[in-house]
Formats: sequence, structure tokens, C-alpha cells
Amino acid sequence: MNVAAESHSPLEQFKIKCLALCGEGGELQAYSFTNSSLFMVLAVIGATLLMVYGMRQRSLVPGRLQSVAELSYEFVANMVRENVGTNGRQYFPFIFTLFMFILFSNMLGMVPYSFTVTSHIIVTFALAIVVFLGVTLIAIARNGIHFFTHFMPAGVPLWLAPVIIPIEIISYLSRPISLSLRLAANMLAGHTTLKVFAGFVVSMIGMGGVLSASGILPLIMVTALTALEFLIAFLQAYVFSILTCLYLSEAVNMEHH
Amino acid sequence: MPQLETATFLPQLVWLLITFVLLYVLMAKVALPRVAAVIDERKRRVDHDLEEAARLKRETEKAIAEYEQALAQARSKAQAIAGDTRAKIAADAAASRAKVEAEIAEQTKAAEARIQAAKQQALASLQSVAAAAAADVVSRLSGAAPAADAVEAAVAQALAKQRG
Repeated sequence: MNVAAESHSPLEQFKIKCLALCGEGGELQAYSFTNSSLFMVLAVIGATLLMVYGMRQRSLVPGRLQSVAELSYEFVANMVRENVGTNGRQYFPFIFTLFMFILFSNMLGMVPYSFTVTSHIIVTFALAIVVFLGVTLIAIARNGIHFFTHFMPAGVPLWLAPVIIPIEIISYLSRPISLSLRLAANMLAGHTTLKVFAGFVVSMIGMGGVLSASGILPLIMVTALTALEFLIAFLQAYVFSILTCLYLSEAVNMEHH
Repeated sequence: MPQLETATFLPQLVWLLITFVLLYVLMAKVALPRVAAVIDERKRRVDHDLEEAARLKRETEKAIAEYEQALAQARSKAQAIAGDTRAKIAADAAASRAKVEAEIAEQTKAAEARIQAAKQQALASLQSVAAAAAADVVSRLSGAAPAADAVEAAVAQALAKQRG
């Protein structure tokens, strides 16, 4: 592989490379183990290490790692409790898994030369469609035919129905798209920006002479952006989880008139 | 753009399914019950300790109330004893004063009786002394001794005149 070409394209970091179980001539197969698969596995290992290894002592006065594990638990538990209520208890493990998977994927992506699983729209879309279909099925199972009143809110004049119903349906159907695009686009844009500014550092130093010193400017920018990206990595995991909670809340707490 | 290479979609989805389900099982079956157990245990312990502290506080307050009650009782008892003692001392003093006063009155009365007796005696002897003196005066003036009976009668008459 051409290392120079790789470092010049800011999108090269998102390339899927087959690592194992490849087909003839490096062709990807359904079960091929790629760099994306590797980082998904690493995210699972990371989350499991934190939650299982971190809690190994089960002490009443928690150590550092146990505090982080408990903090994660309380954070998601409070999120579910406040946004879904007691009806959401049974969905807590799923929301927690979702949050941890996205958080660890995003955070692992911050390691230089690593791969960001959540920068691929297909991954985030798959997660979003699972949430969307799951929430819709739960809503229908719990509310039956009443679920469809979601598209015709109470108190709206009947003559508005031809306008309101299509708008509500489109708004509902666009949920998985906005949910997945928000996460993937944030990861894609953030990492691309970092790469572009990092590229500026190299090229400005390469200009030689006094101009080499100006390379410090994009370096400062990259440093600041890296801090911002860590914030976004957490924030997007939070946003994805809390929106899931809100959708779930609608499904389980639908009011019957 | 690598995100739009459709050939990579299937392996990504397959591995997403594998890893996500694996993580879900690990979290739901292993990690989360453990964390919940630790947090519940801590909460239980803290609640128990708080309850114990509240119980001890109640006991302390009860002990303080009992102590204060005992103190108040002791104080009133002490006051009662002091009052009794004071009354007794006053009664004793009054009794002994009455006794002394009675003695003094008795002695005074006896003394007065003695004085009265002495006075009577003195008055009785005054007549005979006066008669002797009068007889002496008469014998000196006249050179003749008067009759004792006449002198005594004259003296008694003169004294009676003076007293009357």
C-alpha cells in the first residue's frame, strides 16, 4: 500500500480493508474480518473490560475504574428513568449497550491511525433502523390501532388532517435517517477536518525557510479540534441514546383518550 | 468515498450484528446485574447506617430527657429538704426562746416578790426604829423617859397620818 497516497487523502482513513477471511484476490465476503470488524471487536472488549474487569472487586467504596463503570451505569439509568420512566426499565440493557458501543467506537476512533466504526453511514443506519423498527413494533404492540393516532394529534381541526397526516408520517419516517446521518456525519466531518488540518501542518513545514514556522498555526488548530472531537465523540453517543429514549417514551407512554 | 462502496456494506453489517449482540449479552447478563447489585448493596448499607444513626439519636435524646427529669426531681427534693430543715430550725429556736423567756419571767417574778418582802420588812421595822428614836428625843429634851406604849401609839398615829 502506498503510504504517501494514504496520508494525502483525508478520506483514506475511512477505507475498509480486509484483514482476514478474505475471498479470492482480497475480495470482501459477507463474513470477511475487516478493520471495521476489528474496531467493533475492540469496542466490545473495551466496554466489557470497563464494566466487568472494572467491577471485579465489587467494593462498597469504589476505586477509579469501578467509579467510571458505576458512573456509566447511573448515567444511562438516569437517562432512561427521566425520559422513559418506569416503563422503560426493561429496555435499559439495550440503551446501555447502544450507548457504550457508540461511545467506545467514537473514542477508539480518536486514537491516531485507528478506524472509526461510526463514521460509516451503513453502520449508524443499521443501528438507527433497529431502534426505529423496535420502537415502532413496541408502540403497535402496546397501543394497537391507537398507535396511528400519533399521525393525527388530538385537538387538531379535522380540515387540517390532509396536511398534518402526511407531515407527521414523513417526520416519523425520517427519524432513522436523521438519527444515523447525525452520528455518521459528525464522525466523518470531524475526522476529515482533523486530517486536513494535520495535512496543512506537514505541507507548511515542507515549504521551507521562515514559512516552516507558520506550521505552528494549523498545529494549534489541530490540538483545539482534537479536544472538540473528544467532546463530540461523547456528545453524539449521548444524543443517539437520548433520542432513542425519547422515541421509546412515545411508544410506551402513549396517552389513551 | 469509502462510505458509499456498497461492497463493504454486508461485512460491516454482519460484524455489527455479531459484536453488538455479543456486547448486549455481556452487558445484560454479566455486567449490568453486577453493577446493579453493588449499587443496591451500597444503598442498602447507607440506608441501614442512616437508620441506625437515627435510632441512636433517638436513644440519646431519651437519655438526655431522663437525665433532665432526674435532675429536676433531685432539685425539688433538695429544696423540700432545705425547707423542712429551715422550718425545724425556726421551730426549735422559737421553743428555746419561749423557754428562756418563761424562765426569765419566773425569775423576775421571784425577784419582785423578794423585793416586796424586803420592803414590807423594812416598813415594819421603820415603826419600831421611829418609836425608839422618838423616845430617845423625848428623854433628851425632857430628861424623863416616856412610857414605851405612849411613844409607840404616837408614832403609829403620826405614820398613819403621813400615809393617809
